[in-house]
Amino acid sequence: MISVDIDKQLGDFRLGVGFESDAGVTALFGPSGSGKTSIVGMIAGLIRPDRGRIVIDGEPVFDSAASIDVPAHRRRIGYVFQDGRLFPHLSVARNLDYGRWMTGMPRDEAQFKHVIDLLDIAPLLKRRPGTLSGGERQRVALGRALLMKPRLMLLDEPMASLDARRKSEILPYFVRLRDDTRLPMIYVSHDASEVKALASRIVLLDGGSVVKTGGVELLT
Amino acid sequence: MLSLTPDEWTAVALSLRVAAVATLASLPFGIAVAWLLARKNFPGKTLLNAVIYLPLVLPPVVTGYLLLIAFGRRGLFGAWLESIGIVLSFRWTGAAVACAVMSFPLLVGAIRLSIEAVDRKLEDAAATLGANRLWTLITVTLPLALPGIIAGAVLAFARALGEFGATITFVSNIPGETQTISAAIYTLTQVPGGDAQALKLVVIAIAISLLALVLSEWFGRRAGARVHGV
Repeated sequence: MISVDIDKQLGDFRLGVGFESDAGVTALFGPSGSGKTSIVGMIAGLIRPDRGRIVIDGEPVFDSAASIDVPAHRRRIGYVFQDGRLFPHLSVARNLDYGRWMTGMPRDEAQFKHVIDLLDIAPLLKRRPGTLSGGERQRVALGRALLMKPRLMLLDEPMASLDARRKSEILPYFVRLRDDTRLPMIYVSHDASEVKALASRIVLLDGGSVVKTGGVELLT
Repeated sequence: MLSLTPDEWTAVALSLRVAAVATLASLPFGIAVAWLLARKNFPGKTLLNAVIYLPLVLPPVVTGYLLLIAFGRRGLFGAWLESIGIVLSFRWTGAAVACAVMSFPLLVGAIRLSIEAVDRKLEDAAATLGANRLWTLITVTLPLALPGIIAGAVLAFARALGEFGATITFVSNIPGETQTISAAIYTLTQVPGGDAQALKLVVIAIAISLLALVLSEWFGRRAGARVHGV
């Protein structure tokens, strides 16, 4: 369960949103410039809201009234960026292992194997990120975020930089991920078909505020 | 052809030692300052920047004199350093300090540029994966900035090899202790008939500098290929 209620002034743009969501995939849906990426940035702890509260599973990670602001590296929130952001100097295997390494968790071979099978990335392990295709890169980015054992996943337009064919190749992996892990996810997109395929709950955004929340019927 | 006297070999070895120690000892500080300047905003940033670049624009003899005032045996910090057993004035260690100060702007400049060129989005990604600031620096920022760090270190090393004004002012020109290649060449050119010997040292100085530049190019290219992920 995640609850968000935040305000942020970004230049001339005023962002003020509040929404709650239970398990499953919650889509933040809206046109470019509606503040979607800023919202997930604030949930992850990369952008600091001016005011408000963000609570994940009962634990406030940000609360301006109580002066709580858990730094990003202690929030345990997986983040898959639009552009992947794999570390170019590390192999795919080292990229996947990075979160475990940084958080000092013991190696979980079973989970490692499971995630690699789930995403079909076993053949890529020895490669460098610079040699991967867009779809491969995003699958590795997804695996990297999963392997740090997050309590929430943020997926920020993870397919936006892919062409239509690659999109249809990678969409099934997101479906598998959703059905396999039961990890709560926030999925940012401006593509109605992606959202319909994945999300159980939709938060419609425009101009920095929530227009409507509801089920997938919002998009029909 | 390279028939150098033992004193001249000593000068060559001393130069290499002074430049290497100056570069290696200032590298951690150079990285720290470069990171501060590249990634942080704080009061006094402009002043810090100016102070670091000062040795580049000051006459070297002024820098040497300031070092003498600060670290001479009766200097501001010199007396205190001597009480804990560190003597810099008229020692090769003092020459290393002079070289480090003189080459610091080049070191910081190159490293700062390379840190600024590292995509901050990758640092954000590291944070979401549980890396705190220090670990992000160690595992992401510095490895990606490595080509620039190498280039900066080589530049600083080459600058340190050529240091003359500040060194001779601060620690003088004592054969076997503070007489580097530059100082030895200077001495030889002051003696009648010393030109031929001086020329040999000049050739050695050029050879060392060329080698340093070639090595830095090579390391830089290898590191560049590494960080670009292919």
